[in-house]
Amino acid sequence: MLRRALGLLPRPIAAARARSFSTDLPAAHTADATFMEAWNKVMPNMDPPKTPLSFMHPRPPTPSSIPPKLTVNFVLPYDSELSTKEVDMVIVPATTGQMGVLPGHVATIAELKPGVLSVHEGSETTKYFVSSGFVFIHANSFADIIAVEAVPLDQIDANLVQKGLADFTQKLSSATTELEKAEAQIGIDVHSALNSALTG
Amino acid sequence: MAMAALRREGRRLAPLISPRTITAVRSSPLYPTLEDEGPLGVRHISTQVVRNRMKSVKNIQKITKAMKMVAASKLRAIQTKTENSRGLWQPFTALLGDLPSADVKKNVVVTISSDKGLCGGINSTSVKISKGLHKLNSGPEKETKYVILGEKAKAQLVRDSKKDIELIITELQKNPLNYTQVSVLADEILKNVEYDALRIVFNKFQSVVSFVPTVSTVLSTEIVEREAESGGKLGDLDSYEVEGGETKGEILQNLAEFQFSCTMFNAVLENACSEQGARMSAMDSSSRNAGDMLDRLTLTYNRTRQASITTELIEIISGASALEG
Repeated sequence: MLRRALGLLPRPIAAARARSFSTDLPAAHTADATFMEAWNKVMPNMDPPKTPLSFMHPRPPTPSSIPPKLTVNFVLPYDSELSTKEVDMVIVPATTGQMGVLPGHVATIAELKPGVLSVHEGSETTKYFVSSGFVFIHANSFADIIAVEAVPLDQIDANLVQKGLADFTQKLSSATTELEKAEAQIGIDVHSALNSALTG
Repeated sequence: MAMAALRREGRRLAPLISPRTITAVRSSPLYPTLEDEGPLGVRHISTQVVRNRMKSVKNIQKITKAMKMVAASKLRAIQTKTENSRGLWQPFTALLGDLPSADVKKNVVVTISSDKGLCGGINSTSVKISKGLHKLNSGPEKETKYVILGEKAKAQLVRDSKKDIELIITELQKNPLNYTQVSVLADEILKNVEYDALRIVFNKFQSVVSFVPTVSTVLSTEIVEREAESGGKLGDLDSYEVEGGETKGEILQNLAEFQFSCTMFNAVLENACSEQGARMSAMDSSSRNAGDMLDRLTLTYNRTRQASITTELIEIISGASALEG
């Protein structure tokens, strides 16, 4: 009899814990609850796995007035360059052209092309060269920038860029297959973007 | 005549009477460990077995200690990488939400496991979770397939769900993990598998002794659009302007693929990190266990040795006192 009582014990405790955490994210709780319910029906004697949402810091809701600063997350596969940093403005190289993002920007999803990403903070400007990626601008003045590769602009060697550009131009002229042509074209695009970033 | 006969008899009998003493006298300088063989008159217990056992336990302990050190140094390298990659999936979850309960037709469970064993229960946990997800998402006109990463989950899943396995990829960790490698892998999976929802099962690293089985869900573009139209959790997505590209669908397609590669990258790293952590603690406990066993064996060995010495002493003393008395 005692053994049974023990078996019943963990569930209410776990439920209480889940509730206390989810007070700030009610919407997430409902979706997770359906999953957990379904899981408990199918696999009653095993805890359901966690989902990424439970490891995430909750994002604030959209404020009624525009906040003075833009909150930026700038992540790379191997690092988080900026993590919830408050800045005045960022300029991102979207495929449609350079896009300046200020607080209160309309919610947008944009793809990035090789180019310069600049972060303006007061009078200071930090410039990165990004290869490709995505930018999400949320209605609550959060901007998430995900890039595959990014380097501060002052770390780029101008001579190597010129050399790479010449190499890929030669490769494009000697390319025979479609794949080689496409690869050479990408190389030229990146290097000319680098070149214009350095010169202009 | 009689004397000669007796001498002959004596020579014949001599080896029978005391063969042992003769060999012992002759060979004792050559074989100093003769006591272990147990002399003919077997009086004390042989300690050879215990000593062999002690030697092998000592060797096992050396091996597990070395493995622990290796795991610890690998863990340190991969832990920083993992922690740095944690920012990568968060924007996607903030934008596209997290819908483990999405009800779709074609489910693909991506099980991430390790190639090598001796790392505690992490592989069987991910296999169990994958089987649970398979059960959860199976039903009429629904299908669930497995994509397996790593040797260990393969061994466990091939046994009972061979027909559902779509793709097996092993030897992931031959080279240090990097994003390029994982994105090639993600591309391979996307090319070979048709999906509406990809469910990535992995162990999230928490500390050296604890890891959390986790499932990340990546939905295909159609499902994302369907969910966005029907409102609910993804209802916000419609309010986002989509810049660039020919159509909205194209960008969302790119986005879903990028999301998959980013999520996979983090998942693979987390799992590798949990593996090293689990191996480290498993090896730590097994070397501790070997130490305990060695202590017990040493105690037994010494006790036996002491007992045999005591017995011998008693025999000598009682023999002497019998002579005296």
